[in-house]
Amino acid sequence: MTTAEQTWTESTAEVAGLSVRYLQGGSGPAAVVLHHSTGNIGWVPFYEALAQNFTVIVPALPGYGQSERPVWARAPRDIAILMSHFVARVAGESPTLVGLGFGGFIAAELAAVNQDRIGSLVLVGAAGLQPDEGEILDQMLVSYGEYMTAGFRDEAHYQEIFGEEVAPEVRELWDFSREMTARLSWKPYMFNRRLAPVLGEVQTPTLVVAGREERVIPLACARQYAAALPNATLEIVDGAGHYVDYEEPEALAALIAAHAAS
Amino acid sequence: MFIGYFTERPYQDKESGYFGSTGRDIADLGISNSEYNPRLGSELYNRYLDEKVYAEEMGFDGVMLNEHHSTPFCMGGVVNVEAAILARITQRVKIVILGNVLPIWDDPLWLAEELAEIDMISRGRLVTGWVRGTGRESVAHNAQAPFNWERFQEAHDLVLAAWTRSGPFRWEGEHYNYRYVNPWAKTYQQPHPQIWIPGVMSRNTVKWAAEHRYPYVMLATELEPTKNSYDYYDQVAEENGYEAQTQHRSYLFKVHVDETEELADQAARKYVEGPSNPFLEGNQGIVRPYLQNLPGMTSRTNLLPTVTSFTQSTARGRQVAHEQATKDGGQAPEDYSSYESQKERMSIITGTPKTVIPKIRHVLEYLRPGSIFFWDGDGAMDHDDAMRSLRLMGEEIIPATREMAKEFDLKGPFEVDTRTNEPMAQEEAVPAGGQ
Repeated sequence: MTTAEQTWTESTAEVAGLSVRYLQGGSGPAAVVLHHSTGNIGWVPFYEALAQNFTVIVPALPGYGQSERPVWARAPRDIAILMSHFVARVAGESPTLVGLGFGGFIAAELAAVNQDRIGSLVLVGAAGLQPDEGEILDQMLVSYGEYMTAGFRDEAHYQEIFGEEVAPEVRELWDFSREMTARLSWKPYMFNRRLAPVLGEVQTPTLVVAGREERVIPLACARQYAAALPNATLEIVDGAGHYVDYEEPEALAALIAAHAAS
Repeated sequence: MFIGYFTERPYQDKESGYFGSTGRDIADLGISNSEYNPRLGSELYNRYLDEKVYAEEMGFDGVMLNEHHSTPFCMGGVVNVEAAILARITQRVKIVILGNVLPIWDDPLWLAEELAEIDMISRGRLVTGWVRGTGRESVAHNAQAPFNWERFQEAHDLVLAAWTRSGPFRWEGEHYNYRYVNPWAKTYQQPHPQIWIPGVMSRNTVKWAAEHRYPYVMLATELEPTKNSYDYYDQVAEENGYEAQTQHRSYLFKVHVDETEELADQAARKYVEGPSNPFLEGNQGIVRPYLQNLPGMTSRTNLLPTVTSFTQSTARGRQVAHEQATKDGGQAPEDYSSYESQKERMSIITGTPKTVIPKIRHVLEYLRPGSIFFWDGDGAMDHDDAMRSLRLMGEEIIPATREMAKEFDLKGPFEVDTRTNEPMAQEEAVPAGGQ
């Protein structure tokens, strides 16, 4: 999704002996975005929208895309520790940390282990907590197409973005990403019983966002995050499912800008 | 030559709507056990055990068991229970488990104990075999797919250590940790029972088997790709400083013998008419590649020449069948995987002894395996079908096969030691033909 004039750059940082690739664009205070479990397909409209107000930094999480795999990593918390060092190295003082889906899980873990590294936190359709109601959709038991479709408000919207035939390189990214996700979150799937008990210690101002049509991570999880984090507000976005960043990029970017400014 | 008998022990429920060629295809992990009838299960478990006892009477050297989970096509979810019963109710035959699904064991030390008990109860007749399992097995017992191969290897090392090292000792591995390994059970066979490795697709596994000098059992793959895989085994053997011989090669293939050609056709057609089985060409059901090959389960670049896509499908014409079935609106494919085509291609060998023996001869001559398994009594075949074939195997097929094996000099892993390529001391000759 490049434009004629490329508005972003690609760089590498080293963390714990691993190379981490990241995209960067825009200007202003830093916002680090942690991608979904399906990987990052490129500089998407959401980043462009966010870049109006922020210096947007989007790492490929270790083990995803072009970032080296930590073969020892067994849990999202391991990635959170790596990312806390990445944030300190690349994003400077008090950046905004935005986590999308599985990236939200990692962002919440990062805040739990090292909140001093970030100024504000945004969790969008975040995994990480066992829902009080409903179950997290298990991507390991469905095809890529089924899983991605479930993340949109409807199938037509999914096709609008990914086309009827998904590009081979995107499918490859999903395939590759799923393997890494399976290394990090298998049982329990997409939550950590050791996360909820420590969220009460996280003082970071937090915006919890979820799409009203969410079918991947039950809305209950967003409410649970908002209740457990002492300085959290909850925003439910109409017209979006799990992938608020794909479906309502402008609205999400505006919510984040308002949150960071408040 | 070692000659074994195998059936996958399908759950044959004629009332299910999923049974038979007119029934609906079963999608992998797509059928609820609310349909399970334990009375029927009871009958079938007992029937399959009875048939194995009869196979021993008919002169087979081994009865083979396998393991799958959460599926009607194979009732062997707890294969060690069946093996333990056979250890007590048979007298002579080897009990060949091909195999325990190592990576799904969270406690492989328990497996080491179970197998040692089976070996002792059978007075040294266990042949153990280990597999990585398909995605279905990993899902059913929730074993983390990306570590399947690592867990396979470590569980193997742990079981062997538990059998061969004096305890107590500590085991702090990557995936398994024990503070006290000291099982109060040892294998009857010393240093341990033979280990045979079955498979179809993984180049890693063939290489690993060859490195360990374990016989590799190709499971009903087509002849040419099977030969290619043996060639790969030979090549790895050479790289490891030894010559792979017939005792390292094993082959499972579908053989049903009957009293007349008509009866043979009637019964053998039932291979493709039972509950859908992704391993039975022509009746694979709906294969879901994302379950068959869970993330990280198989390296995408390490496939045998049997496989051209990333699923196992092609190895047995499965993908072809599935594509056809989908294209033709769920109709059974008329071409490649049909019963007729499989008979023509010798994917199914059936007929009277007179027509079957030359086909077995061709397989033996072309592949040169030292051990073989006849896969029979499967799909929709009933007890009578299985028993007629077993009797004729005992009377005619097994004796003729032994003669051909002599002619082609095909020595099995109980005649020549796979670890040394030296002849093994022979116990009294195996009676042929159910004498």
